[in-house]
Amino acid sequence: MRYSQSGMATIENKNAAANSGSLADAQPGAPSGAKMGVKSGAQEGFVYLPLIAGWLVPGAGHFLLRKWGRGALLSGSILAMFVLGLTMQGKLYSNAHEILDILGLAGDLGNGLLYIVSQILGLGAAQTQTAIADYGTRFIVVAGLLNVIAAVDAHNLRTGRKS
Amino acid sequence: MGNPVFQPSHFMAVVLFALFASIVFGITQRETPRRMIRYGIYCFVLFVGSAIAISWLMFLIAR
Repeated sequence: MRYSQSGMATIENKNAAANSGSLADAQPGAPSGAKMGVKSGAQEGFVYLPLIAGWLVPGAGHFLLRKWGRGALLSGSILAMFVLGLTMQGKLYSNAHEILDILGLAGDLGNGLLYIVSQILGLGAAQTQTAIADYGTRFIVVAGLLNVIAAVDAHNLRTGRKS
Repeated sequence: MGNPVFQPSHFMAVVLFALFASIVFGITQRETPRRMIRYGIYCFVLFVGSAIAISWLMFLIAR
């Protein structure tokens, strides 16, 4: 069973909207640049730029697409989560000897430049010794995972899968 | 000078986590602003509500 809900950018919903005449450019695969607030012809160029920019800098993918409000909220949320994780003395994963460390490192890498710069500056605790520090470690990992979701969302906006 | 340290309570940590995660979920999983807000609130309530419910469950089991 395919998961579909009203308001989601599924093919079925787009077809229904197109049939009702409320969304002129809702044919599957058709570019929806005008609805995205992007100039027509914006489908030209490097399609993966918002994805990569959004991964490197939280919210940058949405800023590139002129989604200022969404970008600011995403950027603020992810940055706040990452910084709070560090101030809670959370750990930045740097080696991957065990499976849980590999998963943690994968999550941390989702933060893009935040993670790289923090590693260079030597931020983050070497070991977590309190429950709050452990929460901080999770905050950092989840910030990275949320950043990946935000970057993929920017990519979907860029390709017209979402408006 | 050492790094600033933030020591929230456990509940405050839950609320902060739920707040930021819900904002990202709301924006990325829905299309219209109205639906984004509704879904964000829905996620926040589920995050905090489930944390409280599971906490009570663990408290009762531990007794």
